[in-house]
Amino acid sequence: MVMQRIVKPKTQRGKRFLQSREPKIHENTKTATFVKGGNTSETISQILKELHILKKPNSVTYKRRNILRPFEDETPLEYFAQKSDSALFMFGSHSKKRPHNIVVGRMFDYHVLDMVEFGVEKFQSMFDIKGSKCAVGTKPCIMFAGDIFDQDGEYKRIKNLFLDFFRGTLVEQIRLAGLEHVVIITAIEGKIYIRNYRILMKKSGSRTPRIELEDMGPSLDLTVRRTKLASNDLYKRALKVPKTAKPKKTKNISQDPFGSKLGRIHMQKQDLSKLQTRKLKGLKRKRGEEVNTAKSKKSKPSETV
Amino acid sequence: MADLVASVLRSVAEKETKYKTIEVLKDIDVDIDEGNLLVSDTNPFDLTKFRSNKEDFFKNLARDNTQLLINRIWQLPTEKEDDVIVAKLPEPKTKIPREKPIPSAKHVTKWEHYARLKGIARRKKGRMEWDEQAKEWRPRWGYKRANDETKDWFIEIPDNADPYEDQFEKRKKEKKERTAKNELQRLRNIARSQKMKVPGVGLTPTENPSKEQLGKVLAMAKKSTASIGTFTETLPMEKTSKYAGKKRKFEPNYGDIKKETSKQLEIFKNLHSDQPVVDVNKASNLVLNQEDASRAKWKKENPFGPKKSGKRSKMGGRGYYKGGGKEKKGKGGRGGNMKGGRGGNMKGGRGGNMKGGRGGNMKGGRGGNMKGGRGGNMKGGRGGNMKGGRGFFSNK
Repeated sequence: MVMQRIVKPKTQRGKRFLQSREPKIHENTKTATFVKGGNTSETISQILKELHILKKPNSVTYKRRNILRPFEDETPLEYFAQKSDSALFMFGSHSKKRPHNIVVGRMFDYHVLDMVEFGVEKFQSMFDIKGSKCAVGTKPCIMFAGDIFDQDGEYKRIKNLFLDFFRGTLVEQIRLAGLEHVVIITAIEGKIYIRNYRILMKKSGSRTPRIELEDMGPSLDLTVRRTKLASNDLYKRALKVPKTAKPKKTKNISQDPFGSKLGRIHMQKQDLSKLQTRKLKGLKRKRGEEVNTAKSKKSKPSETV
Repeated sequence: MADLVASVLRSVAEKETKYKTIEVLKDIDVDIDEGNLLVSDTNPFDLTKFRSNKEDFFKNLARDNTQLLINRIWQLPTEKEDDVIVAKLPEPKTKIPREKPIPSAKHVTKWEHYARLKGIARRKKGRMEWDEQAKEWRPRWGYKRANDETKDWFIEIPDNADPYEDQFEKRKKEKKERTAKNELQRLRNIARSQKMKVPGVGLTPTENPSKEQLGKVLAMAKKSTASIGTFTETLPMEKTSKYAGKKRKFEPNYGDIKKETSKQLEIFKNLHSDQPVVDVNKASNLVLNQEDASRAKWKKENPFGPKKSGKRSKMGGRGYYKGGGKEKKGKGGRGGNMKGGRGGNMKGGRGGNMKGGRGGNMKGGRGGNMKGGRGGNMKGGRGGNMKGGRGFFSNK
């Protein structure tokens, strides 16, 4: 899928760079940008820093302050998205009106799709918690708890957003020993709690290990402030799966509830005249007859010539 | 028997005391999406526990859910890769929006469109080419390419060329013109794909301009003055060029009532009649296109197959069967373009005007409308091409 450009890239390297950013059928892993607002509290700076660490290597941080208000003007964020080719963003700011404020959002085609603003009530840094941390770039297990995540429209979207934000690379295979990070997002009593744990696998006497968890941090207690969610129409468009990426339908093979494979075979109509019945001496052809018939067949073409 | 049961029970009990259980009980089954490593727990919370100690509550909740996920993942088919055990994850169930829209299909260029219609297959060229001088295989293009013209240190001046013309400069200029033309065509293709109105390019430099092209050039040159050709002088007996374009003429606002009524009546008649108005040009083009398409399809199906019998006349067949391709004079080798069976468009193929080697462009076959294909006038020994099949006005 070569994009049509009026100005062609001048070097091969430039071409490759542009190709890496083109829309694809199987997309790249979404990267996240972390942007500091005009004023940030220490909590907010620390949150951005630590989530950046968790999102590594699919994350970019902007070190300088950027005075912008995502809910009033999205264009600067869209510019950042374009610049570092990232579809996820987290913006942190601190003001009298909205203390300890973070905005989590995602882009579609370099335009803001969903954006949710949270107030941070409580924060515990991962460096305040003793113990080892998970390795960089591990794919986390993500848990959502609370029935509101499946009932409320807004929370449904927030759940999807957080899953999108944390899930990292899409993989076909996973190393069993490499599962070491858990993010649990719980919604109770109007608040959202995010906790990070490290998995410890213990012996259980069977093949499957017994799981124990260890606090890893960061831990956040959030309240939802403003939201800006995509219209259903746009969201639907963003969800579209290309035809070629869809798995092929397997025809005529099915499974019954017991897990055994069933196949359907289509057969051609059997020629019953060739069916071998019981051999009887009386039904056998005589030799003389056969010769006669063969002769008559052979003589046919000569007649026509 | 009883002993056996007792021993089994004892061992299980021992195991339980030694190891903690991996089983988790939930009122409502949690929803697990292994592809995303996602667990959605919709069980109601025990609020008293939550209020007494939040951190412990979250940790226990997370532990139970993780255990459920791990139990599920450990049941997936595993493989051993480089001494590590990996589990094969199924496709993710939860739908997540894309980062960018679905890529659009590649736009076909004008040539690709034409080639598809005609069933012209792409011929794959090898990357390497034999270099006669160096006696070795070299890349077809790029650095150190085979048969590199730019590396020539001398060029023989052609017979009829101006001896004072710089042949090196000429080559360079020609190359530049070719690249410019290609770039232009690329841009035009982009514009075409975006359904923009593609502006006419006027005339691109061509090696051997035809009479038609020269006529166009002349008409354009005459117009290319500050006064848009108002004061351009004409020769005494010069006719107005047919490429000069027509001036629009408008009917007067009032006056000829008769003409107006007849026009209105004509429209009225068309509105009332059952028979649809047929655009003859469009209809004939449609038929021709269909013919081309069916031929292309046939060609694709039998790439080396025999000629389709019965459709084409014996004489005016495909160009490459006839002598037209190999003239001794002039710029030959264009016989291959000759098309059978499409004579309908041909107008005024006056053989008398023809010069070396362009006979190949003539379209024979069912030359229904062919006018004046007078092969007798033709020069350069290509009379053989002109056998125009079953033409109404052919010279038979």
